[in-house]
Amino acid sequence: MSAEPVTPLPDAADDVVLSARHVAKSFGSVQALKTVNFDVHRGQVTTLFGENGAGKSTLMKILSGVIQPTSGEILLEGEPVSFASTTEAQRHGISIIHQELSLAPNLSVRDNIFMGRELVRRGGIDYAEEERQTRLLMEELDEPIDPRTPVEDLRLGQQQIVEIARALSVNSRILIMDEPTSALSASEVEVLFRVIRDLKSRGVSIVYISHHLEEALQITDHAVVLRDGTMTAYARREDIDLEWIVRNMVGDNFNLGEPPTGHAFGEVALSLDRISVADTAVPERHVVDQLSLDVRAGEIVCIYGLMGAGRTELFESVAGRVPMVGGQVMLEGQDVSGLSIAERIERGLVLVPEDRQRDGLVQTMSVGENLSLASIGAFTRGGLTSSQLEQSVVDESIRNVHIKTDGAQAGIGSLSGGNQQKVVIGKMLATHPRVVLLDEPSRGIDIGAKAEVFRLLAEGAEQGLAVVYSTSEVGECLSIAHRIIVMSRGRIAAEFGADATKAEIMAASGEAVVA
Amino acid sequence: MSETSQAASRPGGLFSGGQFDLGRMLLEGRAFFALIAIILIFSALSPVYFSTNNFLTMSSHVAIFGLLSIGMLLVILTGGIDLSVGSTLGLAGVVAGYLMQGVHLDAFGVVLYPPVWVVVILTCALGAFVGAINGVLIAYFKVPAFVATLGLLYVARGAALLMTNGLTFNNLGGSPELGNTGFDWLGFNRLLGVPIGVLVLAAVAILVIVMLNRTPFGRWVYSTGGNARAAELSGVPVKRVQVSVYVLSGICAAIAGLVLSSQLTSAGPTAGTTYELTAIAGVVIGGAALAGGRGNVRGTLLGAFVIGFLSDGLVIIGVSSYWQTVFTGAVIVLAVLLNSIQYKGKARKKQPPAAKETPSSSTSNSSTPSSQAVSSSQESAREQAVGH
Repeated sequence: MSAEPVTPLPDAADDVVLSARHVAKSFGSVQALKTVNFDVHRGQVTTLFGENGAGKSTLMKILSGVIQPTSGEILLEGEPVSFASTTEAQRHGISIIHQELSLAPNLSVRDNIFMGRELVRRGGIDYAEEERQTRLLMEELDEPIDPRTPVEDLRLGQQQIVEIARALSVNSRILIMDEPTSALSASEVEVLFRVIRDLKSRGVSIVYISHHLEEALQITDHAVVLRDGTMTAYARREDIDLEWIVRNMVGDNFNLGEPPTGHAFGEVALSLDRISVADTAVPERHVVDQLSLDVRAGEIVCIYGLMGAGRTELFESVAGRVPMVGGQVMLEGQDVSGLSIAERIERGLVLVPEDRQRDGLVQTMSVGENLSLASIGAFTRGGLTSSQLEQSVVDESIRNVHIKTDGAQAGIGSLSGGNQQKVVIGKMLATHPRVVLLDEPSRGIDIGAKAEVFRLLAEGAEQGLAVVYSTSEVGECLSIAHRIIVMSRGRIAAEFGADATKAEIMAASGEAVVA
Repeated sequence: MSETSQAASRPGGLFSGGQFDLGRMLLEGRAFFALIAIILIFSALSPVYFSTNNFLTMSSHVAIFGLLSIGMLLVILTGGIDLSVGSTLGLAGVVAGYLMQGVHLDAFGVVLYPPVWVVVILTCALGAFVGAINGVLIAYFKVPAFVATLGLLYVARGAALLMTNGLTFNNLGGSPELGNTGFDWLGFNRLLGVPIGVLVLAAVAILVIVMLNRTPFGRWVYSTGGNARAAELSGVPVKRVQVSVYVLSGICAAIAGLVLSSQLTSAGPTAGTTYELTAIAGVVIGGAALAGGRGNVRGTLLGAFVIGFLSDGLVIIGVSSYWQTVFTGAVIVLAVLLNSIQYKGKARKKQPPAAKETPSSSTSNSSTPSSQAVSSSQESAREQAVGH
């Protein structure tokens, strides 16, 4: 991308407690971070902004010792340091609180806080002392939870505070918080922010990551924006507003394609009528709530929403993976609500899942076997599979979706992320579907592969395929989609045409309200 | 087996490598070379070992383990495990023996003597029934395979003991006037000089090879073990596949039970105790991954032969049975160890950097070096087989 690496403003040097200099990280052929400079200021909150895949988590993992950088150095109080592990980083006073909490739910608050470094006295654990320290910590954090409460009995917000207590108990000077509010209620966020302010006053430096831009702006002192593994902007809180962040996050977009025109839409191919899906954890809560949507043949619909908006649950229920608690799925006028996944595939309704490693690929099989997995019937004659027919099915798929591979017999692990994604898409397209659902089809693949995936979908639509894809990157809504649906809390929050603006879409998702 | 020659003669097949590579051949043929080594060593140590007759005798022993191992392979390919096969074998033998003694229908005051073919079918149905219970518990009630089949291990053994009061059925010959002779044919007779049990094993092996490589079901089995979630989303009826493999494993165990009780002309309730472990060992030596998705019949048969020829060889040269157990265990560990050593070399050489990008989060990529090693060496071997 054209953006040049920005060096943070030369603040007073003693203000910076931890800094990354020219840090880069590659995973195989994918460059997740490209020479990033990043400063953490003493006793202040520094927030990292960026879309999914911008490299935020990678940078944080480097700073906290989870992974090591490919090149570049980390300076702690001006001294170069390197962390081989999180324990080593912790010894230097750096702790990370992950998006997914890393507490043992079956153990008590006390046991979690002292996990792995139990206080031992005369051969036994000194529970009394542990309990005393835990109680002190919890009081400091204004959350007087009994140290002997099992963590699983706590609300998520309280669990988050236990995590913070654990980080503080090892005398952390720098606390990295990755999406700490994503699971919290508004009042719990208030508590967390109070804790953060309190920590600041005690000289603890905080690195904050959040998708909720407004929320982050409330608490932060510095803003750093990452895009495609490069730092694109840095500013102090007082100098910026929300629009500045959005502009720098999204950037001038790489052209991911235009909505295909020149073909008329056909009949309604997929019709969803008041679909509801229950939350697996809390059955009375509906993650998809009475959602209705019609998609015509040849139309491309994009579903935008934040994490937890219910996109994946919607797709999985339409594909038959998770049961609906209400509603009806009509495929070309036929009710398919009660059918199995296999029957829906046979009738032309297919899903390309979000997590291709977990749900998309069979890692033990070759590229060819993966591609043909959903259409075995097409090369079975008299109960036996034919290798010639299979070969032609596979060759056709490899050609159609442009997979770069040594051949059909190559192991699936030998492909790049983008090509693996094309295998999953090719596998489902080989079944000759009428409607294809793609859950975050661009997740974890590079920009070139993204463009190719979108071109494939556009081509499919021109031939009469109904395409529904989801994304959490607003730039990807404004590419090939004829229609953009914004989903929030299981419902359709807004609907736009292809001429919507990024700010409009983000505002509708509850992510940001731009004046 | 015949797959090897086919693969070599038809290099153009979809999934065959097509090149000759000595290192790779040694890697894939590990179990085969181990078998050759066993034969050479014991032939040198004992003059009676290397004879057609002894091979046939040993093979009829191997037939039992081979049948169990093939059933076990199907289960392991889906990522499961079947601990109940030894007990199912015992129960099948006892039920066959019971049927051969005549079924007393007291209400009618008659004794039914079913002909042998009816006995065989009923016994196989019993094996299928035990397997079906396993499969339904595992696929639909989400009981872990280890626990479900462990439970059936006890239940089936207990049922066998109950049926006989702990005694053994000795008279399985039947009598001509009752029209139920021929049970000993399975275990004793030979066709063209080959014991029937071995022929049964060969027939089952060929059926399963065709099933795994040439039918949709076979592809379903491999994909279920490789990644059940992905398979399900691709339209594979994962639950039905799971039930089916346990049913097939149960049938294999029942056939093995018939062959064994026919060989011994007696059916004891404790027959087949710990055989499930031998069956698992055969599958593992044959290079299958316990995590599922990788393995083939050829390797499994070789594994069964390695174990069978080794333990019979030790008997022939007069080594105590205690030592046999130690040797068998050592061979299993060695087989897996060799895999991991060879895999490391292969991984450095062949694994492209892009592969690192995919973290081993999936179930099939279990992080233990041994299981990956098994998988890797097997991958290419299976690719050869699948194309034909």
